Amino acid sequence: MRFIFKTNYDQDINIVRHNGDRISYGLLVAAMIIMPFFIDDFYLGELSYVFILAIAGIGLMILSGYTGLASLGHAAFLGVGAYTHAFLLTNGIPFYYSIIIAVAVSFFVGAAIGFPILRLTGMYLAIATLAFGFIAEHVFIRWEHFTGGNRGMVVPTPEFAGISFYDSATFYYVCLISLILSMFAAINILRSPTGRAFVAIRDSEIAAQSLGVNIGRYKALSFAISAGFTGLAGALLAHYIGYLAPDIFNIFLSLTLLLLIVVGGMGSLHGTIYGAIFVGSLPQMIAIGRDYLPSSIASQPGLEPLLFGLILVLFILYEPLGIYGRWLKIKLFFEMFPTYKKQTFKKQKTFTKSDRV
Amino acid sequence: MSLIQLLIDGIASGCIYGLVALGFVLIYKATETINFAQGDILMLGAFVAFSLIGVFELPYILGFLLTVLIIGSFGFALDTVVIRQVIGQPPFATVMLTIGLGFVFRGFASIFWGTDIYSFATPFSGKITEFNGLIISYVNLSIIIGTIVLMTALYLFFTLSKIGVAMRASSENQLAAYYMGIPVKLIFSLIWAISAGVAAVAGVLLAPITLVDTSISLIGLKAFAAAVLGGFGSIPGAIVGGIIIGVVEQLCGTYENYLFEGIREISAYLVLLLVLIIYPRGLFSDKAEVKKV
Repeated sequence: MRFIFKTNYDQDINIVRHNGDRISYGLLVAAMIIMPFFIDDFYLGELSYVFILAIAGIGLMILSGYTGLASLGHAAFLGVGAYTHAFLLTNGIPFYYSIIIAVAVSFFVGAAIGFPILRLTGMYLAIATLAFGFIAEHVFIRWEHFTGGNRGMVVPTPEFAGISFYDSATFYYVCLISLILSMFAAINILRSPTGRAFVAIRDSEIAAQSLGVNIGRYKALSFAISAGFTGLAGALLAHYIGYLAPDIFNIFLSLTLLLLIVVGGMGSLHGTIYGAIFVGSLPQMIAIGRDYLPSSIASQPGLEPLLFGLILVLFILYEPLGIYGRWLKIKLFFEMFPTYKKQTFKKQKTFTKSDRV
Repeated sequence: MSLIQLLIDGIASGCIYGLVALGFVLIYKATETINFAQGDILMLGAFVAFSLIGVFELPYILGFLLTVLIIGSFGFALDTVVIRQVIGQPPFATVMLTIGLGFVFRGFASIFWGTDIYSFATPFSGKITEFNGLIISYVNLSIIIGTIVLMTALYLFFTLSKIGVAMRASSENQLAAYYMGIPVKLIFSLIWAISAGVAAVAGVLLAPITLVDTSISLIGLKAFAAAVLGGFGSIPGAIVGGIIIGVVEQLCGTYENYLFEGIREISAYLVLLLVLIIYPRGLFSDKAEVKKV
């Protein structure tokens, strides 16, 4: 087991805790960079999709995992990012500016939505975001000038350093760089006073308020930041899909994002990656699973929501810390061997917190 | 179409929203959790009724009662087996859990019953009555009367019966109720059963209008608007909120040309957001109320 001897307060918030991290994450990034030379285009596309999901997951993780606010309408921000980006590209704005504007628009839409509903407690917020998700879906359908309505909208393929985006390796690198930058940004936000305020709000609003955290402002900020990340993911998703139809950004996509962070592990950025890998590979797993099921069940379209819901329920009940939590448990088991105690990770039960006074 | 005609249609669909909202409110008042799967339980109710009445050809009343019984026991089991496990965890866990359950129910229904749209014969289908030049369909009438009967029955149950009083006590103060010898866990499961049963009633009453398919679970989301408008903790509030939402939706649908296209589908959500932004306490907030259920 590694003991980190802290000699400096900065060590509490350092990005890399020790040299081992530097090596392992460096190797991971290097492996990702050379990946296009080893795997074919299909898997490269899938990997890009996983990266996009991970970026959206980072967004939702900041909101739900770190600030403790549930959003059931995050697909709307994916939509805002995607449509803004596609609209700007269609009108000849270069890729770099367009994607930055898409993120900014999502950020401000998030802030605009967040400010009025920030006064609400957890469950009301969940309901409000649900309503927002539905309204946004209808706006995407009805605002035909901007979104093309039900006919959909073709996403233009920009040139990237002379190579078309249709080249999956280029797109892969764009997604990879976006993910690394997002991850870096998220880590920095979370170790700054802002991020600390988020965590304080999650753990106890009253305590946070007593320590001088302006709850309303930070909740709205968290919502806006979250929307910004999700918007970036949306802009990239637009390229991945290639053709935007409003029914993509429905509640099922919001549920998928929630599934991502719950399965990955609430309150950890590692979790977003694990969750993204899980969610990204789930359709393939279901497709493989269909072969083993009786055809009457396997051919049903309801199978996917059923499994998504079931996995969500099972994780909440039996592995609330998600895949990352399981990894921590396994790691600790070997580090502490043979003195590992199950109780270390026991769910802490509290009295039901009451909203009533 | 006259305004009163619109109002009646609005009230009828509003009663359905109100009944579903009632399910939210009962559970919320007792356990401070929100059941996001309420609409999906309504959908299950409609499907079970379809199986009993449409496929097995039971008499309507018998099928109706049996459906309520089945879905009610389903609600009871749901609480005992699943929901109870997350008590004491942050609200996020219950939100996610019930949403997940909702998707499981919807997926199950579309696998078990298929994605076709079903209907079954009811004594009310296709009949209308005229009253002072107003045309009222029996279906709408059955919904309104059904709601009134159910509300009265619930009111009597909560004021007169011993279990009803125990339920009110448990929602007032769990710990005190427990010390008084009330089996709080059992009571909570019973509340889930009642809430599911109410949703089943709404589902069966709604079936002749919307027909039976998986999309009717979306009613549950519109019912949130009703519950929030009513103050999320008040039973009359839920029904009044539901009726207001129903009427607003009808009016938006009729005057769609003057407003903007598509407002009907999102009017409930718009009302929901506006209420949350402007007056989150709702119309019938229970802050000053003495009587709670």
